[in-house]
Amino acid sequence: MITVENLTKTFPGSTGQVRALDGVNLDVAAGTVLGVVGPSGSGKSTLARCVGLLERPDSGSIRVDGTDLVSLDGIALRAARRQIGVVPQGDSLLRQRTAAGNVALPLEAAGVAGPQRRNRVAELLDLVGLTDKAGSYPDQLSGGQRQRIAVARALAASPSVLLADEPTSALDPDTTGSVLAVLDRARAELGVTVLVVTHDMGVVRRICDDAAVLENGRVVEHGKVLDLVSDAASRTAASLLPAVDQNPAAEGSFDRVADVVLIGFAAVGALLPEATSRFGVDLNLLGGGLTRLGETPVARFRVGLKGERADSALEWISEAGGSVRRTLSGPQGVAA
Amino acid sequence: MRSATPWSEVFDQLLLATGETLYMVVVSTVIAVLLGTPVGIWLQLTAPGGLRPRPVLHKVLGFVVDLGRSMPFLVLLVVLTSLTRLLLSSTIGPTAAIVPLSVGAIPFVGRLVQNVLAEVHVSVVEAAVTTGSSTLRIVRSVLLRESAPALVNAVGVTAIALLGYSAMAGVVGGGGLGDLAVRMGYQRFNDRYLWSTVVVLAVIATAIQLVTNRVARGVDRRRTTSV
Ligand SMILES: Nc1ncnc2c1ncn2[C@@H]1O[C@H](COP(=O)(O)OP(=O)(O)OP(=O)(O)O)[C@@H](O)[C@H]1O
Ligand SMILES: [Mg+2]
Repeated sequence: MITVENLTKTFPGSTGQVRALDGVNLDVAAGTVLGVVGPSGSGKSTLARCVGLLERPDSGSIRVDGTDLVSLDGIALRAARRQIGVVPQGDSLLRQRTAAGNVALPLEAAGVAGPQRRNRVAELLDLVGLTDKAGSYPDQLSGGQRQRIAVARALAASPSVLLADEPTSALDPDTTGSVLAVLDRARAELGVTVLVVTHDMGVVRRICDDAAVLENGRVVEHGKVLDLVSDAASRTAASLLPAVDQNPAAEGSFDRVADVVLIGFAAVGALLPEATSRFGVDLNLLGGGLTRLGETPVARFRVGLKGERADSALEWISEAGGSVRRTLSGPQGVAA
Repeated sequence: MRSATPWSEVFDQLLLATGETLYMVVVSTVIAVLLGTPVGIWLQLTAPGGLRPRPVLHKVLGFVVDLGRSMPFLVLLVVLTSLTRLLLSSTIGPTAAIVPLSVGAIPFVGRLVQNVLAEVHVSVVEAAVTTGSSTLRIVRSVLLRESAPALVNAVGVTAIALLGYSAMAGVVGGGGLGDLAVRMGYQRFNDRYLWSTVVVLAVIATAIQLVTNRVARGVDRRRTTSV
C-alpha cells in the first residue's frame, strides 16, 4: 500500500523554477494496480522517481505500508529501497550479466547467497516465463524479454511495491501484452502493489484497477477505472472507451441520439435489446464498440432511437445501470 | 669514412634498450592505472548526475587533473626530480624515470576512466541504486564490470602513450629505445640504430594493441548471436 501526501518537487529550469510536482495526493491500495497517465512533462516520471526513492521531494510524505520514507538516509534508505521494486524507464539491464545474473543483483545487495539465491532467481524467471533464457545476455534477448527480466529483477528481493515507468513504451502491441501479463501476474500471485506510469491507455485498460491523471504536477482525476468510465465528466473516460465517429447525416433521421456506456457482461449483452422490447422503440447502433477493462467488458455505443417512448427508454437504460452520455433532442438539435 | 656499426653490436644495444623501455612502460602503466583509476572513479561519482554529486569538489578535482594533463612531459621530468629523489634517493636511470612517467599518466588515466564510466547508462546505474546496493558495490559490480572491456582498452591506450613518453627518459638517464634512437641514430647519423629502434617501437606498440584487444574481448561477456 502506497500513500502519497502533498508531494511537491521543483527543479531549477532555464526560465525559473519548474514545479514538477505540485501537491500530489494519491493512494494505492495493497495488491492493486494504479496507472499514472498525463501529458508529457506533467510530472509522471518525477512522481515515480520520488516514490522509488531516486529523487527526494521538497515536501510531503510517501508512505509504503505505513512507514514514511521521505526523510530516510544511509543504511535505512538502502533498506527502504529494497522494499520497492523499480523497473526504470528505458534499457536498464547489465549487459555484462546473463538474465539470471541480472535477476540476482538485488539478492546480492540484500546478502542472499548460495542455493537460496539460485532458487529465488529460478522462481522469478519462471514467473516471467523466461526460464529457458537464464543464461542469455541482454543483447541476445528481444525488447519484451528484456523488460520481463527487468520486472523479474525488480521483484527479486520480494518488495511489497513495484514501480514501472513506461515499461512498454518501446514495444510493439504483441510484446506489450507479454510484459503487461507479467505485471498482472506479479499483482495476482505475489500480491504486490503496482504503480505504472504510461501514456498508453491500452495499459490502463488491461491491467489497472485505478487511474490517476497528472497535469502540470497536479492530480486532476483519480479513481477506479470502472468508476471513471461511467463518469460523464471524466476526460480520461473519453480516451479509455471505444471511439465514436461523428456522422450527423445518419443521426438526423432519429428522434433521439445518445451515447450509452455499458459496463459488465449483463449490461453489455442485454440492456439495449430489453429497452427496445420494453418501450417498443426502434433502436439502432450508429457507432462505438466494445472493449475490456481488465476482465470486464465495457461498451460505448452511439444509439439512434425512433419511437414515441424514446426518452423513457433512455431513462430506463440509465436506471438499469447504463450511463447515458449525450442526448441530442431530435433531428434538429445538433451538438447539444 | 666510417663503416656502419656491425649488426651484432646494434642488436646488443637494442636488446638492452628494449628491456629498459619495457621495464619503464610496464611498471609505470601499472602504477598509473592503480592510482589513476580511483581518481577517475572519484571524478565520475562527484560529477553532476553521478552517484555522489559534489559539484565544487568535482570542479576542483577536474581542474587539478587537467592541469596535470596539460603539463609537458619534459617539464614534469625536471619538476619532479625532487620527488624522485625523495622516493628513490636517486634521480638517474630507468627506475628514476618511472616516477615522472607514472605521475604524468595518473591524470591521463583519471580522465580516460571517468569517460569510460560515464558511458554506463544512467538507467542501468539507477536500477542498481534501487536494489539498495551500496555505492561501493555499484562501483564494483556495475560501473567497473559493465565497462570492463573499455577499461582494458584504456589501459592499452595508456601503455602506448607511456611508450611514447618513455622516449624522453633519456633526459634523466633512463635509457630505452627512444634514447637510443636519439643518441646513436639521430645525433650520430647512424641509420641502423635509427630504423631498428623505430621498427622495435612499432612492434611493441602493435603488440600492446593486439594484447589489449584480445583481453578486452575476453572480459566482454556480451555475446551477440550472429543472426
Ligand atoms: N532532473 C531534472 N532537472 C530539471 N527539470 C526536470 C528534471 N526532471 C524533470 N524535470 C522537469 O519536470 C517536469 C516533469 O517531468 P517528468 O519527467 O516528470 O514528466 P513526465 O510526465 O514523465 O513526461 P514524459 O511523459 O515526457 O516522460 C518537466 O517540466 C521536466 O522538464
Ligand atoms: Mg516520463
